[in-house]
Amino acid sequence: MVCDVCKTNTATVYLTQIVDGNMKKINLCESCSKDKGVSDPTGFALADLLLGLGETQQVEQATPTEHCPVCGFTQADFKKTGRLGCSECYKTFSEGLGSLIKAMHKGTKHTGKIPARLFRDMMRSDRLNELKRSLEEAVSKEDYESAATIRDEIRNLESEV
Amino acid sequence: MKIASILTTPGEWLSPHGGDHPIVISSRVRLARNLAKLPFPGWAKKAERIRILDEIKPVVDGLEQMRDCFSEQLNELSAVEKQVLVERHLISREHAAKGIGSAVVINPTQTLSIMVNEEDHLRMQAISSGLDLQKTFRAIDNIDSALEAHLDFAFDPRLGYLTACPTNVGTGIRASAMVHLPGLVLSEQINQVVNSVNKIGLAVRGLYGEGTEAMGNLFQVSNQTTLGENESQIIDRLNKVIETLIQRENQARENLLATKRTMLMDQVGRAYGILTHAYSVSSKEALNLLSVMRLGIDLGFFPEEGRVIINSLLMETQPAHLQLQSQQKLAAEERDSLRADIVRGKLRSFSKPNKNKLSGGQTAGPASETQ
Repeated sequence: MVCDVCKTNTATVYLTQIVDGNMKKINLCESCSKDKGVSDPTGFALADLLLGLGETQQVEQATPTEHCPVCGFTQADFKKTGRLGCSECYKTFSEGLGSLIKAMHKGTKHTGKIPARLFRDMMRSDRLNELKRSLEEAVSKEDYESAATIRDEIRNLESEV
Repeated sequence: MKIASILTTPGEWLSPHGGDHPIVISSRVRLARNLAKLPFPGWAKKAERIRILDEIKPVVDGLEQMRDCFSEQLNELSAVEKQVLVERHLISREHAAKGIGSAVVINPTQTLSIMVNEEDHLRMQAISSGLDLQKTFRAIDNIDSALEAHLDFAFDPRLGYLTACPTNVGTGIRASAMVHLPGLVLSEQINQVVNSVNKIGLAVRGLYGEGTEAMGNLFQVSNQTTLGENESQIIDRLNKVIETLIQRENQARENLLATKRTMLMDQVGRAYGILTHAYSVSSKEALNLLSVMRLGIDLGFFPEEGRVIINSLLMETQPAHLQLQSQQKLAAEERDSLRADIVRGKLRSFSKPNKNKLSGGQTAGPASETQ
């Protein structure tokens, strides 16, 4: 059996991780297990991370020469450093990164803080949608007075942008 | 504010105003942020880094919380000065290796530290003594919101804040606590405890030393994942785990007092003996012995007033802090000797460990036994 990380040496360390009832098995060779600190409890990263690192090796086969249009970064660069070139790289390499991020984290969608400006934009577009629905409703009920008020509010909001 | 005043005053988190937590030494929350569509520091060329620095630094300097701050470009600081900042946990080792194009901004009380162009464009951290992750998070959250009003942060609605390394994407938060666990180490339960914490998805690292060689019985517990949960959830989980660690550590100490009292007294006695009489002490030895002294204070062998002295010694005995005190470059032996001198001097006010004063315990051995 071959080591899952370097895919060259014979595996001699068999790691089984059970988290929340999900079992993951990884086979490592002597040197990779030392590198990843598997025998060292304080240095041990999640098995998921080990699997994730193995996945970057598959990712590079996809489109090896693709460049990020903003900063010129390539997947080969990512494999070398483990870091990206700029924020646009996340779009450029979204396919390959998807499975890596999934393996690394507890979820794939951000549920935390949102920058205030973006939050305000989201609130405004939600409100606009709500108003447009009310407008349609008012018009279909032939309540033209309310419709006029709503239309004015919509105009106000839209001019704020 | 000049580096001299940073270096001569201990940070607020090191000498807190009202007693400190015996087990949790400090809490820290760090946020990673980047400017949109500009190359990350590791990929940017020098000119680009300087341009990004020139865009970010004035905004940081202008923050209300950073009034009268220490604000320097890293190429203006000497290697020793940078190393002192590392020892104070104000910049990372990676940041100390940077030069032109990177900077650090620190507030007067040394509870807020903002690194520009480390692994990300902005690495901001708040640090406080004891266990108060929520307060520490609020402090850095306010800084983040204040900066975001003037800077265009890279953010994706699905992936969250975009960072140089995918391991930080999403909330970009690393919350951690520095804990002192001599009881668990002495009762040889530490490996088992570290493994169970790892299983919950938190990382436990020895603060100094390589791998399992955790020196000074100090450990840093932190979150590993940053995406898929919000900041409160991450901090709550860390809090719960730390509270469990505190319980386990206290239990281990009680156990040792009950079943291995002589071993404890021996450890404390030897630490006291060596530190008050030695003329050459390595940094590793100092960390380990000071840790035992700290345990001694917690258990009542030494009076509570000694805690502040031990805490400041933990900082002063570190290599760069020592080097700063001397004009010429010190060799390792000279540092070891200077370290011993400082320790002997500071511990002059410490009287011998008093086993009759053990907290929560009755005296062991016959009452007539002399110290």
